[in-house]
Amino acid sequence: MPVSLKKNPVDLAFLVITATASLSVLVLILGIVFVLFSESALSIKEFGILRFIFSTDWNPVIESYGAATSLFGTAVTTLLSLVLAIPVAIGIAIFVTEIAPGFLKGPIGVAIELLAAIPSIIYGMWGLFTLAPIMADYIEPALQDTVGRIPFVGILFEGTPMGIDLLTASLILSIMITPFTASISRDAFNLTPAIVKESAYALGATKWEVMKNIVIPYSKLGVFGGAVLSLGRALGETMAVAFVLGNNHQITSSLLDAAATITVTLANEFTEADTDLYLSALFNLALILFVMSFAILAVAKFFLLRAERKFTR
Amino acid sequence: MTRVRLRKIESFIALSLCSLAAFAGIFWLFFILGDVIVHGASALRLELFTNDPAPPGIEGGGLRNAFVGQLLITFFATIIGVPLGVLGGTFLAEYARGKRIAKLISILSDIMVSVPSIVVGTFVYAVLVKPVGHFNGWAGAVALAIIMIPVVLRTTEDMLRLVPWTLREAAFALGAPYYRVITQVVYRGAAAGIFTGVLLSIARVAGETAPLLFTSFNNSFFSINMNEPISSLTATIFQYAMGPYDDWHSQAWAASLVITLFILLVTILGRMIIKMRYGGK
Repeated sequence: MPVSLKKNPVDLAFLVITATASLSVLVLILGIVFVLFSESALSIKEFGILRFIFSTDWNPVIESYGAATSLFGTAVTTLLSLVLAIPVAIGIAIFVTEIAPGFLKGPIGVAIELLAAIPSIIYGMWGLFTLAPIMADYIEPALQDTVGRIPFVGILFEGTPMGIDLLTASLILSIMITPFTASISRDAFNLTPAIVKESAYALGATKWEVMKNIVIPYSKLGVFGGAVLSLGRALGETMAVAFVLGNNHQITSSLLDAAATITVTLANEFTEADTDLYLSALFNLALILFVMSFAILAVAKFFLLRAERKFTR
Repeated sequence: MTRVRLRKIESFIALSLCSLAAFAGIFWLFFILGDVIVHGASALRLELFTNDPAPPGIEGGGLRNAFVGQLLITFFATIIGVPLGVLGGTFLAEYARGKRIAKLISILSDIMVSVPSIVVGTFVYAVLVKPVGHFNGWAGAVALAIIMIPVVLRTTEDMLRLVPWTLREAAFALGAPYYRVITQVVYRGAAAGIFTGVLLSIARVAGETAPLLFTSFNNSFFSINMNEPISSLTATIFQYAMGPYDDWHSQAWAASLVITLFILLVTILGRMIIKMRYGGK
């Protein structure tokens, strides 16, 4: 840092202004935690933290609230969407870095990034009007007739296919997070030194063997970080699932049932909360969501930083 | 010999699957975009921009209130968010370069970029809506600004770092104080990058719905009063798409088309500027 600083009053003023601006991020984070915590004080006092998390009650009529149903929906949609998205995303990343001929690399990369730029409300609306009917009429009955027949697995596909359910919501969510995961995996793959790959090729390895034995082990930290980052994103996604999940507070064994996530509950009920306790319970949900996603994103960031450091050292 | 063949077949199958995955990604993009364009274009009329909504259930009317409201909210969010983001990024890349605090704030900003936007909405509700007693446009603008700040801050930081340190040294050697070096040398060198960051952050918040649902809320009437609930395109799309009327649905598609095209154009423009200025990266 240059030494000539701080002798000049304007310079000092500029330093203070920029420092204040950058501290706004810190202030916001602390502010969010503090405000959400104090707003959910009533709910925490009434139900206790653990009882709130594990209670499956969500009944505004008798003023009994618990987060378990929302947490269940959040967990199922997030995990299922990750299971659907990660293999596709890694496939895309492999295609873009290793397989695609030069003239295709650019356009496909751009197309994937555009997919990431489409706002979530468009995904949600498209899901409601286009994907949900297709799911209800074709895909879900087909699933019931095939995998649904298998004992035990069949439990997952019971009920009448309506299209407004956990499966549709997870599918939309997976389409939404695929681009993030793909572009981070691509960046991680690109960090593999060319000389290591070339050595493997020189030993007669096939393209897939180079990917499987060289590139993926080399970039696993980055890919893992990207997957965790997508997990954090999927956790807090609201509009893409709000249209097609039905906001039905229940814990169900079938993926063809409506459910609720934390975000969907907030989006649908926040403006309807007519009592202090109801509102406080919703703030309590928001607090849980914030803490969860913050922790998960911090873990993702940790892995991504380590992946970066490994190569820049 | 068969072993080699087996390995080649394995490789072929795996690579085909990867190609398939890539085309699945492209397929969804065209499916969604095509659907929005087909439905949206057939509902796109001039009245959509010039008329206010008709009473529920009655055909016709437009979304003038939502277009104006969206512009107002986004405009004020930009006014609040961009200066804070740019100045904050300046601190990280210049005065605090290499310091621990810069690293910490940089990481926290990265996390804030991905924090659920609906949580920001609940936070702003508690701070700016509850004390006032009614939903208002300012709350919506602030909520979007909060989402913007970390995005602008991080891109500014990255772009300033790309300006070679020797350029600053040259200016120092002429006796310029640091603030003049920053405003007259560094900012000029990074202008295209910072501008792109601002563009992309506008594209990011223009499609946000969740933080507006309980801050600026919605308004069926034309209003430019930021102290009152104000309509936005995204909140209107949510309300109309979930509503029972076919006319609402087609207007929601039209609004979706406008907003999607706007965001994609801005995103492409941003990428082009970066590509022209920094060559491919």
